Amino acid sequence: MTITLYNYVLSGNCYKIRLLASLLDINYETIAVDFHPGQEHKSKALLKLNPAGTLPILVTDGHVFTETKDMLTWLAQHHDQSNTWWPANNSDQLTRVVQWLEFSSRLSATIGELRLNSMLNKAIDVEAAKHGSKICLRELESHLTEQRIKGIQWLSGDNPTVADVACFPYTALSPDAGIEHDDYPSIRSWLHALRSLDNFLTMPGIHELHELKSTQKISP
Amino acid sequence: MSGYDHALKYWYPVAMADELDTGQSKHTKLLNTDIVVSRSNDERLDVNAAGKSLAVQHAYGHAWTTFSDTPYPLFAIPESSEQERRFVPCGVVRVSCSPLRAVENFLDIAHFPFVHTGVLGSEPHTEVYKYDVKIDETVDEVFATNIKFFQPQASKSAEGGIETEYIYRVPAPMAAVLYKTCPPKPECLDVIALFVQPLDEETCDVWPWMALYDDTSSMADLIQFQQLIFVQDRSILENQMPRKLPIDPGHEIPTKADLTSIAYRRWLKKRGAYYGAFERS
Ligand SMILES: [Fe+2]
Repeated sequence: MTITLYNYVLSGNCYKIRLLASLLDINYETIAVDFHPGQEHKSKALLKLNPAGTLPILVTDGHVFTETKDMLTWLAQHHDQSNTWWPANNSDQLTRVVQWLEFSSRLSATIGELRLNSMLNKAIDVEAAKHGSKICLRELESHLTEQRIKGIQWLSGDNPTVADVACFPYTALSPDAGIEHDDYPSIRSWLHALRSLDNFLTMPGIHELHELKSTQKISP
Repeated sequence: MSGYDHALKYWYPVAMADELDTGQSKHTKLLNTDIVVSRSNDERLDVNAAGKSLAVQHAYGHAWTTFSDTPYPLFAIPESSEQERRFVPCGVVRVSCSPLRAVENFLDIAHFPFVHTGVLGSEPHTEVYKYDVKIDETVDEVFATNIKFFQPQASKSAEGGIETEYIYRVPAPMAAVLYKTCPPKPECLDVIALFVQPLDEETCDVWPWMALYDDTSSMADLIQFQQLIFVQDRSILENQMPRKLPIDPGHEIPTKADLTSIAYRRWLKKRGAYYGAFERS
């Protein structure tokens, strides 16, 4: 069964799909969409596929997914033998996964938008986005701190799930939007845990662990 | 003469040539001054600053403007008239760093294996072989030639790793042009340019532009390849301190790989291009 991802390399939402596919060793094809400067996601052809005009779009036999959360859920349900990334057999954990999947939308709407503004000059309400970003990060920090106290490393329990994958990109990319991680020690340790996973995948702005040392070395 | 006065004499990119529909306008900044770019007809873009209309010319996929009545001529890129090439404006990326730092980073090859891992460089191929740097006195441009480097994926059109040859050229303080091995057409060189719009001394909009021989890759693929690379640089650039580029010798200790960077800084100093430069007080 072919899986096709309509992809933009700098998009944190597209990266969620690439990251989960890498972690679960799922094969897929990509079609590059000229999001910037071409605005191709708003072109007739792509609006026909996704009337919302957003990326990513994931096409598999018989399905066209346009919501990132649905894509992550579907990929985990169909491609994770361990049943841990979408913990269908653990209803308590699953409830928390769904909550944090919802939370990931707030990260996209705040840090994601702020990043598009500071990087690609997208016109937005900058002050509102900055305020919203910090509220989200504080909420995430306080949850992860509580988890750490309980000896739990991940958002929803003892194992990483689609919720961690969904919340990871824009949290990790907040320095792109001018928000550093210095004030968020629990977030830093959670980001580190994700980046330590087997088959972790990078994107511009998110480095491999060993690579970070090298780049720090060359920055004067 | 201050760096600002010197900077006023150049042309700068402020939009892609095909940006904006007729009747549309956008607000941006150039050298600390608010400007408005608008399109009054299909043919051309207009640029205004405080109600005064500025000179505009279209070249290399972009609209260029200047505050000067007697600017230096816009530098030539002869490859831009080779019609078999594909011309690829890559949009704009904003970076919180000195416009000079954006150019300097583009000239540095030593960071490839660490920042563009698996694309423009890889470990253990980290050695930078000896190459030549000179100031071409006739045109007063910086040239770095005979640069050879192993690249896992030199361009979208490359199939596997190749030894890539580079020539760098700095034709203006805030522009750099790179000529590199063209994988599908080895007798020719691909052209990748970085045009920098200085918003102020610590912020710039960077407009990459390419003139390539590549008949197979989609436009979106070509653009994303370049954006991927440039945004990898962006996070490094935004962490460099000070934000302005130090141009006094000895301020930062350059490694032997940074020959082009040393020449670039000296060349800036000699011509008084201090806008975006850090001077020791
Ligand atoms: Fe670079």
